[in-house]
This record gives sequence, C-alpha cells and structure tokens, in this order.
Amino acid sequence: MSDHKTMTLTLIVWRQKNATDPGKFETYTAKNITEHHSFLEMLDCVNEDLIHAGKEPIVFDHDCREGICGMCSQVINGAPHGGQDRTTVCQLHMRKFKDGDTIYIEPWRARAFPIIKDLIVDRAALDKIIQAGGYTSCHTGGVPDGNAIMIPKPIAEEATDAAECIGCGACVAGCPNGAAMLFTGAKVSQLALLPQGKAEAVTRVRNMTQAMADCGFGNCSNHYECQASCPKGVNVKFIARMNREFIKAQLDY
Amino acid sequence: MILDGKCPTGPIEKSWDKHRFDLKLVNPSNKRKYNIIMVGTGLAGGAAAASLGELGYNVQAFCYQDSPRRAHSIAAQGGINAAKNYPSDGDSILRLMYDTIKGGDFRAREADVWRLSQVSNNIIDQCVAQGVPFARDYAGYLDNRSFGGAQVSRTFYSRGLTGQQLLLGAYSALSRQIKAGTVQMYTRREMLDLVVVDGIARGITVRNLVTGEIESYAADAVCLASGGYVNVFYLSTNAKGSSVTANWKAAKKGAFFANPCYTQIHPTCIPQAGEYQSKLTLMSESLRNDGRIWVPKKAEDIGKLPAQVAEEDRDYYLERKYPSFGNLAPRDIASRNAKEACDNGLGVGPGGRGVYLDFADSIKRLSEDTIRERYGNLFEMYEKITDENGYKRPMRIYPAPHYAMGGLWVDYNLMSNIPGLFVLGEANFSVHGANRLGASALMQGLSDGYFVIPYTIGGYLVTVKPGSVKTDNPEFKKSVEDVKATTNKFLSINGKKTVTEFHRELGKVMWNDVGMARSKESLTEAIKAIPQIRDEFWNNVKVTGSGADLNQQLENAGRVADFLEFGELLAKDALHREESCGGHFRVEHQLPDGEAKRNDADFSYVGAWEFKGNDKEPELHKEPLKFETIHLAIRSYK
Amino acid sequence: MQMLTSSIGRKILMAISGQAMVLFAVIHLLGNSSIFGWLNGGINAYAEHLHSMPLPIIVGFRLVMLLLVCIHIWFGIQLTLENRGGRPQQYAVKTIQKATFASENMIWTGLIILAFLVYHLLQFTFQVTNPETAALKNMVPLHGNAVPNVFGMVVAGFKSFLGSFIYVGALVVLFLHLSHGIQSFFQTMGWSCDKSQPIIVKAGTLVALILFLGYVAIPLSIFVGILKG
Repeated sequence: MSDHKTMTLTLIVWRQKNATDPGKFETYTAKNITEHHSFLEMLDCVNEDLIHAGKEPIVFDHDCREGICGMCSQVINGAPHGGQDRTTVCQLHMRKFKDGDTIYIEPWRARAFPIIKDLIVDRAALDKIIQAGGYTSCHTGGVPDGNAIMIPKPIAEEATDAAECIGCGACVAGCPNGAAMLFTGAKVSQLALLPQGKAEAVTRVRNMTQAMADCGFGNCSNHYECQASCPKGVNVKFIARMNREFIKAQLDY
Repeated sequence: MILDGKCPTGPIEKSWDKHRFDLKLVNPSNKRKYNIIMVGTGLAGGAAAASLGELGYNVQAFCYQDSPRRAHSIAAQGGINAAKNYPSDGDSILRLMYDTIKGGDFRAREADVWRLSQVSNNIIDQCVAQGVPFARDYAGYLDNRSFGGAQVSRTFYSRGLTGQQLLLGAYSALSRQIKAGTVQMYTRREMLDLVVVDGIARGITVRNLVTGEIESYAADAVCLASGGYVNVFYLSTNAKGSSVTANWKAAKKGAFFANPCYTQIHPTCIPQAGEYQSKLTLMSESLRNDGRIWVPKKAEDIGKLPAQVAEEDRDYYLERKYPSFGNLAPRDIASRNAKEACDNGLGVGPGGRGVYLDFADSIKRLSEDTIRERYGNLFEMYEKITDENGYKRPMRIYPAPHYAMGGLWVDYNLMSNIPGLFVLGEANFSVHGANRLGASALMQGLSDGYFVIPYTIGGYLVTVKPGSVKTDNPEFKKSVEDVKATTNKFLSINGKKTVTEFHRELGKVMWNDVGMARSKESLTEAIKAIPQIRDEFWNNVKVTGSGADLNQQLENAGRVADFLEFGELLAKDALHREESCGGHFRVEHQLPDGEAKRNDADFSYVGAWEFKGNDKEPELHKEPLKFETIHLAIRSYK
Repeated sequence: MQMLTSSIGRKILMAISGQAMVLFAVIHLLGNSSIFGWLNGGINAYAEHLHSMPLPIIVGFRLVMLLLVCIHIWFGIQLTLENRGGRPQQYAVKTIQKATFASENMIWTGLIILAFLVYHLLQFTFQVTNPETAALKNMVPLHGNAVPNVFGMVVAGFKSFLGSFIYVGALVVLFLHLSHGIQSFFQTMGWSCDKSQPIIVKAGTLVALILFLGYVAIPLSIFVGILKG
C-alpha cells in the first residue's frame, strides 16, 4: 500500500561463500519498507536491488512462509527468529522495527550446524537424531484399529504439545551450548507419553541421546534459552521428561 | 487417442480387492534387486518411500528441501477424512465415495474414488500406530469434526496441525527406513529431467542445490510425488519452492498432463497487502463454522469501519444465496461469490480485495473464550500478519490459489502413459475431479503412498528386468548435457529483469485471465500474453552468481521457465473445456442464478494433453468417464 | 556406562553430587548455628560431639564428601569445556532471553567456591592459617573436660574485616551457584513439569537465600559485636 509510511533500515548481514570461507559481515540498506512487509519480504526487496546491481543476493532458507515448515532460520539481533513470542522469521513483520533501525542478521551458529552459504546451515544432524529412534517400528498395514488404542485426552494433548516442534533448530541456535535437548526431548516425550511408543521407550532414549552426542551437540545447562527461542513454545518440561526416561532406561538393565 | 484407465470391472465394492489379487507379486528375495526413485517426500512420497523400503525395494528419495520433513503437506491445517463411522452418523465407504465424486462435480473416476474411500480407514489406523497425536475425547477415543461438502462428521484432526502431524508420521517411518538402509535420502536435490530410454522411464537428472553438480540416477521405476502447481499464479498458499517442474519435465518427455485447468481457489485467505507480497496465507476452512461472511450493501460504506455499517446495510451474501449450507458452502462457490462482490465494487480493505469474516455474533452467542479455544491459533496468526484483532473487528479475507486437482494422467495403477513412470498425490489428477473437498488432500496423499503404490508398482516391476539400464546409457549423458545447457543459458542472458519480476507478471495474467472466472476472451488474451512474457524471459532475465554453487536465483529461474510454458497449457485446457465445473468456471456457462453449468454430454471426460513443443499445439487425448455407481446429477448446495 | 559418558548421565551425576552437598550445607548450617547458644555448651560442644564419633565414621564421611566434590568438579569442568565447543563462534549481538547471570557463570562461581572451600578447610578444619587462634591449641573446659575452643577460633576469624569479607563474598557466590543449581537438580532428574517448574525455580532461589542469610548471620553477629569472645 502506498498510503503507508516507509522505513529505511540498515542491515548488517553475515555473508559466507561456502563452508570453508571464513565469512564476514556486509552492510546493506533496505529502502521503502512498510510495516506490512514480512521480514523475509524485506530481504526479498534487498535481494532484488542486489540482483539489479549485478551482485549476488543474500541466500537464506525459507519455504512455506507461514510458520510451519521450519525451513527459515535466522538470528536477528542475537535472537533466533527475531525473538518475538511464538513466531518464525517468516511470520515476523516489519512493524516490529522502526525507521532507521540497524539489524544484525546471522545464521544459526552451532558446531552441529555447519554453514553452507550466507544464512543457510546444514541441519542434517536433526534428521540423524530422528533416524536413531524417533519413530515407532510399526509396519505399513497390519496395525490395530485406531480406537483399539485408547488415549486419554490430557495425554493426547500433552503429546501434541511436544509434537508441535517444527524441527527448525532455533533451540540449538539459541542454546549457548548448541545443545539439541529440546528438539530431542520433544520427540522422546511425544512417543513416551503415547502407548504406541512405550514398547521401544528404553532403546529410543538411549539411541537418540547417543545420536545427539555423536552429531556434536553440546550438553544442557538448564538456561532454558531453547524454550524462549522456540517458535512453537515447546516447553522445557519435555527435557525433564527425557531425563526421566533416560534414568528409567539406565535402571532397565 | 482414447485413453484407458485400466480400471477393474465388476461390482465396485470388490474392485480394489479383486485388482490386488490380480496383480502379480514380486518375490521377496527379488525385491532388493529393484531400484525405485521417489521424487518428493511429502505425504505421498514420504509414505510411499517408507512403505516400499520396508517391503524390501531399494528406494532413492529426493527432495529440494533440507529435510524430508519440510514438504508442504505440513501446512495442511484442518484434518483428514475417513469413513470410519465412529460417530454412527450414517457414514460408509460408499457415502465418502459419493461425497467425493459430487464434491468433484462428477469429473473423477469412480474406481479410484472407491479405492480411496476404502483405504481411508486403514490410513487412520496406520497413523495412530505411528504415534500421530490425533484429537481424542475424554474417554480416550478418536474425535471427529465436520467439514464442507459432507453431512457426516468424518474428519480426524490434530488441532490445526493435522498435516504437520501426518507428515511427521510419514517422516518418522521414512527415517526408520533410512536408518535401515533401504531408503537412500538425497536432500537439497531438484529433479530437472526425466530420463526415458526406449519409451520407458529409467531415471532422473537432478541438480545438487548445494554444489550445483548435475547428477544422474537410474532406476527400474520412477515415482513423482512432487505436489501441485498453483504457484503458476505467483501468489498462492503453496510453499515458495512448490513448482510444476518435475511434472513438466515428465510432460516434455511425453507424459500426458490431465485437466490442468482444475485449480482450487480457497476462500479464506488473508488478503494481499502490497505489491512486494511473496505469498498468501490460508486460514482453515473451519473458521466458516462460526464466522459470518459479508460485504457492505452500499458502495459508500466500504470506507467506513465495519462496526459503523448498520446491520441492514450488510449483505451476508452466502447466507442469502445458499440458505441450507450458508457460510459453509463449498470452496469454489464461496470463492466465486467473494470475487463477485469485490468485482461489484463492494470489496473492503486495501484495493477493495476483501470481504469480512465476522465473529461478533458468535462471540455474543458463545463468548470470546469459546471462540479463542476453537480458533485461537488462527486469530493469533491473523493478528501477526495484519496487526488487526479479529475478536474486536471482522477479519478481512480473500480467495487465493490453493490446490491443483489436475496433474499428470495416470491409470488405475497410478502409472502414467510412460511405462515405469508413476505419479502420486497432488501431482496426479486422479480422485478430486474438478474440485477437492476439505480434508481430502491428506487422505489422497497417504492413500497413494501407503496403500496403493506398494501394491501396484509390483505389478509393473515383475515385467521388467532389474537394473537393465545404468547411468552410463547415452540417454543419461544427453539429459545431463541438456540440463547443463539450460543452466548456462540462464546465467548467460544477463538481462534487465529479475526472475521474480517475470513470475509476478505471469501470475497477474494467470490470476486475472485464468483465475476464478474465465471467459473465451480472457483465455484467448492469456494465451497471447504468456508466450510474450516467455519470450522476454528468455531474452531479458537476469540471474547472477554461478551454476557451481548454491544459487537460489538459478533454482527459481528453472521453475519460472517451466511455469511460463505450463501456464499456456493450463489456459488452453480452460479454453477448450466449454463448461463450468468445480474450480473451473467459464462465465459463458452458468445457470440463470449464476451457478456452474456442467456439460455432461460433451465434456464428461478427462482431458489429457500431450505437449509437443512451445511452437506447436498440444494434442488432446480423452479418457471418457463412466458413472455406474453414482448417478450424474446437478451439484447443488442450496 | 551411559551414565559416565553421555551428556545426560554425567549431568545426573553432577546433579546428585551437587544436591548432596546442598544437603551437607543445610546440616552444616544447623550445626554451626549452635554458636548462638541453643545447644548447651554452644559450638564447642557441637564440635566435640562430632570429633568424638568413631574414627571410621569420620574418615568415611570425609571420603564420601571428597568423592562428591571430585565428581561434581570433574564433570563440571568436562561438560563446560564440551559446551564451549558446542557453539564455536558467538553471535555479534548477544541477546539473553531466559538465561541468568547465575546460570551462565556456574563454572566460575563453582571454581570460586572450590577455592574458598580449600581456604575454609585450612582455616577451620586443619587450622593452619591462623595458628595462634587454632582451636586445637587453645583448650577450654566444657562439662569437666578440656575441649578445643572452636568458639574462640571462629570469633577471632570473623573479627577481622578481611576474614568476614572473604566469607561473605564466598557466600554471595554460593547463593548464585545454588540459585541455579537447586532448581537445575529437579530439571535434570526429570522431576519437574510445566506447572511445578516455575515453583521449583522460586523455591530453589529461596532455599539458596535462606542458606545465605543463615551463614551470613554468624560473621555478621561477630563483626558487629553481638557475639563476643
């Protein structure tokens, strides 16, 4: 809309050619930004200007742009996803900023997430954790009727709270230790809460926490920065539940 | 050519069971000798890759995202249908089939829809076993809600996150197979060509989106589960990376594209705020359960605050025109009516492109807390995007392209007309006819992936010798050369306009001329305009950076180039179909009250197009539709 | 084995050893508070009571405490070093959303407490820092027996500004350490949920505060002259 005031912003953006390039900050100006621009649309505008000028645009991960796919991943002024409560970068809007602001934009930083280019990191480690046990080993077909497994509403609700995780990795990015405890805890808890997951609970928590270490994630220091960074508000109680499952697994045999 | 869907004959209730028995089986110890390529890892592709891997096949799965968990199936909110009849409200497999056929305006195959309805029940069981946290009642049983186009409660859901939860279920099954080594997962790869050797699909050529390398993969069967194409409108509810590219590359190698003009425009999306906008956000259809849709009756009221428009000056047009379904009329009808109101100059908000979705009455009747409990996350999302409080003032909504019912033509076995090329999920055309009902997309994706392709692909594989074509075949080399040449071409044009500018331009033509209301004039106009944009694109596009690197401009250039060819085919299909049905509305063909007027005598067929090159007319092949179980009738929701 | 190698396992060992030391601190405070005279004979009687226990119990207890301290420190340093590697490159802008000064500086507060602990043991247990006031060398009568004058040693120690200053400073550090450590124990052991967690955080800080006030009361009373030698 043209009847809106526009903003001019200074962006200080991390640019890195590839995994081995040391990388550095570059300064850009975003012009004619309205309060209705989403953060990514603001970057789109900057990129269009860069392309017209014959320069390489800033690359960043994004896909659904409606806060659910978990692809977008930027640390804005030190806060993953920009620090607005329960909001991914793609849902963050420019009305949260004001004319003349300087904005630092960085990629997720963690040992387990090597940078691929600019703001894009490799999050394959999260897939590896799920591959280590984030499933029930049921076969396609040959399963009982859905209502044969009864699950009380409060349990189903709590499992859904855990299952809201979109796997974006903001918890890792926000954690000073680069730990994946909230991500792993959410999946372990979801399946530990549900009767379908109980059969494999012992091996699951053992294998998934082992995978976490193998992938180079740090340890938990109970700062709870992960919960503050999580765009879905996944609660640290799921870390506590994973710890409990871990202890149970140690006592199992 | 008259196409044969190879549907089983005999009583429909036995059709799928009989067909499964008739299919030849692959010996368990032979399965590992077969390679299967799966392009896309959403509900259809993810479920299929996991199931095929578990059966013992060697599966190579590809997705353009960084993880299979991010496919756009994840964004589905509402739910998934199944004919479980748990509430005992009269549901049955036959009723689900009937509703789906009617919802699709009698333009889908009966046998396919029967099968979908039959396996819908298995899907729920499968997902529960995987640990998908469906909503439960206090007794612990599965809960159901109602959706548009049905008079029974058959929709299973998990908050407003059903698509996410189902996809994570499929992703977890897939992860298990990746760990077991039966599935090789290739992320950040985009399929840029289908390799056909002696008329049979034998592999694909992909670009490694990180290194820029062009890679070849050979297999005994290629499955495309690459989703829909409504990003041809530029602004849609699809993910930014959703494209027609995989399908279109197959079409250019001879696969027929069926019913491309059947596109669904979803009525409840947040209106566009400005030119810079990159996508439109959908809000669940369920909002229409409690929200009332209206526009001012008088043009002088459109600038006023909604609360200042007197009750008698508001036009609740859906309630007025469709008293029995009211605000819950099917999507195509609700969308068309919103557009009509705005075209009459009564639209609200920026540019007059919006109608009100008003919760004031429901809040008065039920309290704000009840509304918050039901739709809190949607109100939150609306506020994040618009900075307006939906509890205090009506939301503004406008229709947006959402889903593609059309897709590559497949037979009953989900195999295209190219032997060895299978197409699953939204990427094929099969079950939704001319309009898809809510909560049916998830059902189709998982049906194809878990319960159809694992059977039908075996029937094909027994007929081929495993591993007979390798990537050293000249066709693979040629394909790699072609892809490289296109990449280099993009980088060498060095024109003045960006890829996005072209995409936006195409989107405007598609939306204005091939959108919700199409006419002979508008379609002819589009068919003239699209090649012009395409020509300019190939002479004036600017793609910076290199091909040997992660280059998002290059990725988009490829996708937009394909949309620029495909959009023309879509318009041509719409022009040829001289009737209105479901999502395809031709203004020349309407009943006196403005409803869609179908022409069963001349158009009761699947229109499958054979692409012959940009400078040649595509050839139409028809598959006649027979209705033996469900009788053709006028689709009325009044 | 996973207890000793995995991140959660080692955290659990740290949590248990840490919590055992908190328990010790509580008992230690109760015993020390006998200096205010609620026990007949005061702190001297309390000290004599402890020393008259059978030698194996004293030695055994000290060895267990030493083991707990070693476990806590060893894994604390190990995990901290690992965590430093978890994010090798810091952000240009540091934004803290939920972490606290205490949670971020556990290693430093822990090491300071260790240093203080050594000093504290040398001062009051081994009595080598101020030999002239060492309790063992200044026997006083109690109920007809000659016992070490612990009371005198403590009063002498805290009369000096430096002595009190070091002690109170160490207690501030201990408060910080425990304000994060106590609630952290419940989280690590998995004994918290979303409802109890904020209560545990507050209760942990409260316990840390009570310990701080309790311990600080002794040098403060001496320094301002409420307790006199």
